[in-house]
Amino acid sequence: MYRVRLNGPDDFDGWRRAARAFALAGIAPADIVWQGDAEAGDLFAAGAPPPTADDARFSVPRAFVELAERAILHRDPQRFALLYTLLMQLRERPASLEDRADPLVRRVEGLAKAVRRDMHKMRAFVRFRELADAEGPRFIAWFEPEHHIVRANAGFFVRRFASMRWSILTPEIGIHWDGETLTEGPGATRGDVPADDPVEDIWKGYYAAIFNPARLKIGAMLSEMPRKYWRNLPEATLIPELVAGAQAREAAMIATPARPAARRGNAAPAWQALREEAMGCTRCPLYRDATQTVFGEGPVDAPLMFIGEQPGDQEDLAGRPFVGPAGQLFDRALEEAGIDRRQAYVTNAVKHFKHERRGKRRIHQTPETPEIQACRWWLTQELELIRPRIIVALGATAGRALLGKAVTISRVRGAPIALEGGAQGWITVHPSYLLRVPDEARKAEERKRFVEELREIGEQMKALI
Amino acid sequence: MAALTTCQKLEILADAAKYDASCASSGTAKRDSASGRKGGIGSTEGMGICHAYAPDGRCISLLKILLTNSCIFDCHYCINRRSSDVRRARFTAREVVDLTISFYRRNYIEGLFLSSGIIRSSDYTMEQMVEVARSLREEHDFRGYIHLKTIPDADPELAHQAGLYADRLSINVELPTEQGLRTLAPEKNRRQIETAMAGMRSAIEDGSDASRRYAHAPRFAPAGQSTQMIVGADQADDCAIIRRASSLYSRHKLRRVYYSAFSPIPSPSSILPLKRPPLMREHRLYQSDWMMRFYGYSAVELESATDPQTGCLPLDIDPKLAWALRHREAFPVDVNRAPREALLRVPGLGVKAVDRIIVSRRHRRLGLDDVARLTQSIAKLRPFLIAADWRPVQLADRIDLRPQLPPADAQYELFR
Repeated sequence: MYRVRLNGPDDFDGWRRAARAFALAGIAPADIVWQGDAEAGDLFAAGAPPPTADDARFSVPRAFVELAERAILHRDPQRFALLYTLLMQLRERPASLEDRADPLVRRVEGLAKAVRRDMHKMRAFVRFRELADAEGPRFIAWFEPEHHIVRANAGFFVRRFASMRWSILTPEIGIHWDGETLTEGPGATRGDVPADDPVEDIWKGYYAAIFNPARLKIGAMLSEMPRKYWRNLPEATLIPELVAGAQAREAAMIATPARPAARRGNAAPAWQALREEAMGCTRCPLYRDATQTVFGEGPVDAPLMFIGEQPGDQEDLAGRPFVGPAGQLFDRALEEAGIDRRQAYVTNAVKHFKHERRGKRRIHQTPETPEIQACRWWLTQELELIRPRIIVALGATAGRALLGKAVTISRVRGAPIALEGGAQGWITVHPSYLLRVPDEARKAEERKRFVEELREIGEQMKALI
Repeated sequence: MAALTTCQKLEILADAAKYDASCASSGTAKRDSASGRKGGIGSTEGMGICHAYAPDGRCISLLKILLTNSCIFDCHYCINRRSSDVRRARFTAREVVDLTISFYRRNYIEGLFLSSGIIRSSDYTMEQMVEVARSLREEHDFRGYIHLKTIPDADPELAHQAGLYADRLSINVELPTEQGLRTLAPEKNRRQIETAMAGMRSAIEDGSDASRRYAHAPRFAPAGQSTQMIVGADQADDCAIIRRASSLYSRHKLRRVYYSAFSPIPSPSSILPLKRPPLMREHRLYQSDWMMRFYGYSAVELESATDPQTGCLPLDIDPKLAWALRHREAFPVDVNRAPREALLRVPGLGVKAVDRIIVSRRHRRLGLDDVARLTQSIAKLRPFLIAADWRPVQLADRIDLRPQLPPADAQYELFR
């Protein structure tokens, strides 16, 4: 067994020297332990050194060197071993590097591709803030890369900002340019960067103005500027309000045709009829064990609609949505957020109580996709009748019913979603989640966040009406 | 107007510029500030960088602003037309230069895309724009990207100066047909636009010719010229747009034609349709543009993919699939033997995937699994391919192939 300690996580030269010697000695990949993600030390410590072969050389395709230089920056701990395995394979079959269907080549290509993307995003998303010191202006940025790319990317910033004095700080390493030479320093924290720069406000003004609200395409934005970068981009703080305002602004630009009067005219009797029909629903087997259908309730012209998961034990008995413990918490949260529940229509994604009997108690069970699908038929008609401007899905089940696909709440929460038909959608946690958080401090925090979201929704509603 | 701050002016003049689609900063000569004369700032390294994305999914690469949004023209589709009651503002050349430099230093942008409404005269406006570019290049030694929208009827000498400072020049053709231009942009004239483009083409070619022979010859617009067409403001169908784009590419050697779905603009002119911008149509046109430039389709072939009744590309499937469904005799294609041109026509195979297939098939006979590893999705490809272990039996002959295929994902836009 051989052990190689590299000079840092991005030490390509060290890897190359060692790999060359190992390959010449014909040592199998499984017999080598590569250590790069550790402190600097002797190249070959604790383990037999490979036979040194300083002048013996062999050639590999140039494309391999380029590929390895990038792939080695990946944070995957396997990268050194994978590259060595590929090197050995290339000695046997030099042309296999071109075979993109080869699993190993593909894996290494994948690493290199992720690194290249990370490098590109760093070039795009580093934001400097200006600071004046004795020698004049200095520019400092904070960036959190995914891979070990900072050193490899320094050249780009030198070429671009040669006449500036600048520093880019990251958790692992800091790089500094004084106009002449590049130096390296230890890792830093976000707090080491100036808190503000007056030009950022002008930039944010530009960002807001260049956005065309008639062409909202949030998915396209997210695929190129994922949320993980947002916290270090000053302009990203504007995104939620821009998105929320977009529909209102577009509606203001295009004179929206008024809602057909006849439709609204008989909305109340139509809703009544729909409810009657739902009372005898047998679209899925859940009706068998439930007491009754728990249909939505609220004004038929409500501008705001909440969708929960399904009725609970108490709702099932009362025949009304959101009256149990979670419903009470929900009422209090609405009150704190300044929303009048009487103005909102409240319903559930699934309208029968799904549960399992344990002794005398009925324990809640999460509804499954076929049940949500079956019940979506009612929800669609409720949406069609009420036509709310804002729809809030509480919990993953409601999110799925609303969007027709699985959603991860932590990912979609906090920003409005443009729905078909022009309504604004929000997805957040179900109030029963707040009851289940075990840690008291976190529970309070989660509850606060929930109320904040409701307040934001209330603001949006005021802006829309 | 004097009371406006830089920030307020920026908001007005960026707002006015957002209807321009182009934001590309790629394809120019390589430069940087670390080599050559000291004290400069900026670099261009071939590939442009998108520094941010707006919620409309478009990238923000350049500071895209108007010098002024006052205009003596009255083009109906334009928010800045004389008769619009939009708020007016005007930057001095100096303000634009300072803004560009301070944004650039903070790594917000790749450079500047400057355009302008026409004030006083075309020549006067053009002079002001050239002054911005000159000051950036000469006083600040700015080596980032500059795109200038030139004015077709300005003095050719001014256009020439613009080309010496800028990476890219553009003149918008605005509307695909002459009739549309007559109705909606009465002061613009097709012949003049085309003459200016032709002049630009020869200047760009002379420039690149000279720099091939003499190392120090001044570069003239190294990133070439581009243009923009507005889609959906007039009656022109996709056939007309594709034909127009193809003729522009071949006659004026354009780098890019941009298509901009007509956006409802505040206080629109009474003769324009009021509706949502046709984003999907715009997207299909970009796809057809890609097919012309990278996949070897001619404009005539693309026309055969349009719906014969409406003359437009289908919105529910992409134009490449639409073409394949009309030309079933060309399929299936053998991945192990077909030439590159034939592979490029397989719906779902991109240029990169085709290149990977061609290199990989030298090493092994490709089965369906191999192809799946080289491409995004195999489901869409299967009916059109023959692989070592796969031969579509009836699928390609089935009439109902269209619903068989998965619906196209909502793709993000292709311009950058």
